[in-house]
Amino acid sequence: MANNSFLDRSRTVAGPGYNRWLVPPAALAIHLAIGQAYAFSVFNKPLGALISGDVNNPAPEDWTPTQIGITFSIAIVLLGLSAAIFGKWLERVGPRKAMLAASLCFGGGFLIGSLGIHLHNIYLLYFGYGFVGGIGLGIGYISPVSTLIKWFPDRKGVATGMAIMGFGGGAMIGSPLANNLMGQFKDSAPLGVAPTFIVMGIIYLLFMQFGVWTIRVPADDWKPAGYVPSTVQNDMITTANVSADNAIKTPQFWLLWVVLLTNVTAGIGVLETASPLIQETFSDGAMGAGRGVTAAAAAGFVGLLSLFNLLGRFFWSSASDKLGRKVTYAIYFGLGILLYALIPTLGQSLQLTLFVVVACVIISMYGGGFATVPAYLSDMFGKYQVGAIHGRLLTAWSTAGVLGPLIVHTLHEHAKEQGLTGAAAYQNVFYTMAGVLVLGLLANLAVRPVKEQYYEKGLVTVEAGGH
Amino acid sequence: MSTKPTSATPAPEPTTGGSTVLAWLYVGIPLAWGVSQTFIKALALFK
Repeated sequence: MANNSFLDRSRTVAGPGYNRWLVPPAALAIHLAIGQAYAFSVFNKPLGALISGDVNNPAPEDWTPTQIGITFSIAIVLLGLSAAIFGKWLERVGPRKAMLAASLCFGGGFLIGSLGIHLHNIYLLYFGYGFVGGIGLGIGYISPVSTLIKWFPDRKGVATGMAIMGFGGGAMIGSPLANNLMGQFKDSAPLGVAPTFIVMGIIYLLFMQFGVWTIRVPADDWKPAGYVPSTVQNDMITTANVSADNAIKTPQFWLLWVVLLTNVTAGIGVLETASPLIQETFSDGAMGAGRGVTAAAAAGFVGLLSLFNLLGRFFWSSASDKLGRKVTYAIYFGLGILLYALIPTLGQSLQLTLFVVVACVIISMYGGGFATVPAYLSDMFGKYQVGAIHGRLLTAWSTAGVLGPLIVHTLHEHAKEQGLTGAAAYQNVFYTMAGVLVLGLLANLAVRPVKEQYYEKGLVTVEAGGH
Repeated sequence: MSTKPTSATPAPEPTTGGSTVLAWLYVGIPLAWGVSQTFIKALALFK
């Protein structure tokens, strides 16, 4: 690539007069697209019936739910790995080149995946959507984060909250979009899945180009108009900068890794079980004939949780600008422990409304945990390589993606083997998740300012603000 | 800001209010559509 090309970091430096409020839409164009990953389950049934053509009667040669589920798992693991591996590259080349790479990988992953579906070759689907698409997820997820933090030193939580809210919103777009497209193409290919993958790949590839073209980084001496840095000393917001390589040598990084791991693991406990949990807890047997929660109402519950996941990302992350990151996480964990422990009681006493409200608050804090962590990292390590540090921290998400479902399924299966049903069958899941949150609370309480020995020499941030 | 230089002085780049609004509509419309679809689905819980 020639120096000073359109994609280079130097060509993305904003000139005087550039409105920083153009940067969040650029970031959202990436996150709304890659957030589709959380809607992958919409393909589960059609992918499992490509040979038979009937989602209710799969053929013996059709892919099993487990085989199909591996696709999503590969994508999420690759998200964490690629975010960790490509974080420093992103800091060097800038957000534009990274966003373009993300769009090519994510869109290309769909296209390769469509070939795998057409040929009924699951390994090609794994490679396309899982591996190549997963790399797009990782690079795309971290690509706008450090740029947003630099544009919004006065509202870091608001800025990153907006972008990461987009990841939650992406599933809401991806799911109905996929259903509509499969309906359109159902006569031209088995259940319309392969052409849907092609069209979605092209749509996302093009949609993400808006971010590639619009994104800008601020000039070195830029600061928001009228912005006066806080003169109040706050030990939890550094004026120094720590490199990504040094950050992982600090206890603070690993404490925040545990903070993210525990928050996500517990949240997955609710998300994984949401539909069967509410149906089994508030069944006809428990509530009375015709008064139990139906499958359609359970789908509504899952939709409601998605909305609160989205809103929580923006609400809690914005609130952290005022409350401080450590206090905000203390709320996630402290309130979370109480609410997780309360869920089984609400289920056993058949308090449906309260049960739904509590689950929504829990999920809002799950989303908030994702959205607040980039600002927390910026407070602890400075802005210098915060994107790369964030990328490395996301390995906690990949770990939680394996650990959370494992805990849930193991405990639930064990409870059923013991003959427990309804809310009782989930009791240990929620008590265990409350225990997981205690670990997170302790890790968060242990976070202290980073020691001077890890600072980059001669790299001082001059406008760190207080909360 | 970090004191490591990233570039030479760029040319002025005045942004109009209209382009900012259009940028937000570009991402806001699909997001609003997705949220509305989810909200409709969620209503089933209250029926």
